[in-house]
Amino acid sequence: MTDKTHYEALQVATDASADDIKRAYRKMARKYHPDITPGPKAEATFKAAGAAYDVLRDPEKRAAYDKYGADWDQPHPEPKPQSGSRWDSGFAFEDRDVDPQMFRDFFGQGQGARSMQPDQHARIEISLEDSIEGRSLPLSMQMPQLDKSGRVTMTRRDISLRIPKGAMPGQQLRLQGQGARGGDLFVEIAFKPHPIYQVEGRDLYVVLPVTPWEAALGGKVKMPTPTGAVDLNIPKNAGQDQKLRLRGRGLPGVAKGDLYAVIRIVNPPKLSEKARELYQNLAHEHTFNPRSKLGV
Amino acid sequence: MKKTKMTALSADMIENLTLTQLTVFCGTNTDWVIALVDHGVVAPISQAVPEWQFSPAHIARARKASRLMRDLGLNIAGVALVLDLIEERDALARRLAILDAQIYA
Repeated sequence: MTDKTHYEALQVATDASADDIKRAYRKMARKYHPDITPGPKAEATFKAAGAAYDVLRDPEKRAAYDKYGADWDQPHPEPKPQSGSRWDSGFAFEDRDVDPQMFRDFFGQGQGARSMQPDQHARIEISLEDSIEGRSLPLSMQMPQLDKSGRVTMTRRDISLRIPKGAMPGQQLRLQGQGARGGDLFVEIAFKPHPIYQVEGRDLYVVLPVTPWEAALGGKVKMPTPTGAVDLNIPKNAGQDQKLRLRGRGLPGVAKGDLYAVIRIVNPPKLSEKARELYQNLAHEHTFNPRSKLGV
Repeated sequence: MKKTKMTALSADMIENLTLTQLTVFCGTNTDWVIALVDHGVVAPISQAVPEWQFSPAHIARARKASRLMRDLGLNIAGVALVLDLIEERDALARRLAILDAQIYA
């Protein structure tokens, strides 16, 4: 055996049975499917497991792989199994998921399967700022092409994609005629985690720290927005986790999203003598017991 | 592996899709989309079947459902459950991120 990459990708021994390989693939698919576990690392693991399963589930391909390693599907002096189409296992996120044959296998000979164009699907991870500013980003894809002997080979294609302003998570972008074999290319938008903002649909959430006196007295405080700082009016007696909405300050677009400030009341790290005195006055003045519901 | 030249491309945002457009987009058939609607996986904007339109959020859910069904061998009831659980998990993760920001800021 010259290469063990596929066995390692599925975390099985080289003498694993067909059932063991199937079980290992299903387990990896459940754990690392890009729709379940986002992120480039999980996607790479999922793709590697899919590529491995594509080969190891077929006894002829597996025998050729065990003998020739990574070059198992290249021409060899002695007869070897036909590699056939590599479009039939359907694991990848980009090209394979649009193979009409796969959907016939899955859903029967429906109208959609018969009329489907050879569109290609891909996904791109962008930042919040990429969407707000409509930046251009590089995108690499594997494009299937037929070689002279009629085999499907993958060619890398790099494009620069202009993200439309206000593209939100799950949004589909269409690039007409840019897919494989003249079909359209569809790109699904995914968002990278942001250090300040949480994105939910078109709306954004930011945790806004305020002092106890700002929360009690209300007034203007500075808060960040993706397009710059603004003054926000805090209402009197603002509570912990209270949400304040800034209409139209979320993702841009025809239906603009909103920005929500989630109030977080923060005590100063150290009190001055004067501040301690003021707190003592407050303690004498106020009869509020926040533990009354606990029966104490 | 061959490399081709970098090109700058503009994209259109897909807004609402009709029932037929969604079947083509997901590479499936009308019965499958109707089953997704019956299981509450996606919801059309209008109620009359010939006028069904699906918003970008529901288009994304339908695509996700088709990928999960294909890759994990799920049926529609299974994928409905998985999508609901993923949404709950994501909502909890967002909530946790806000709480973490409060605790560790």
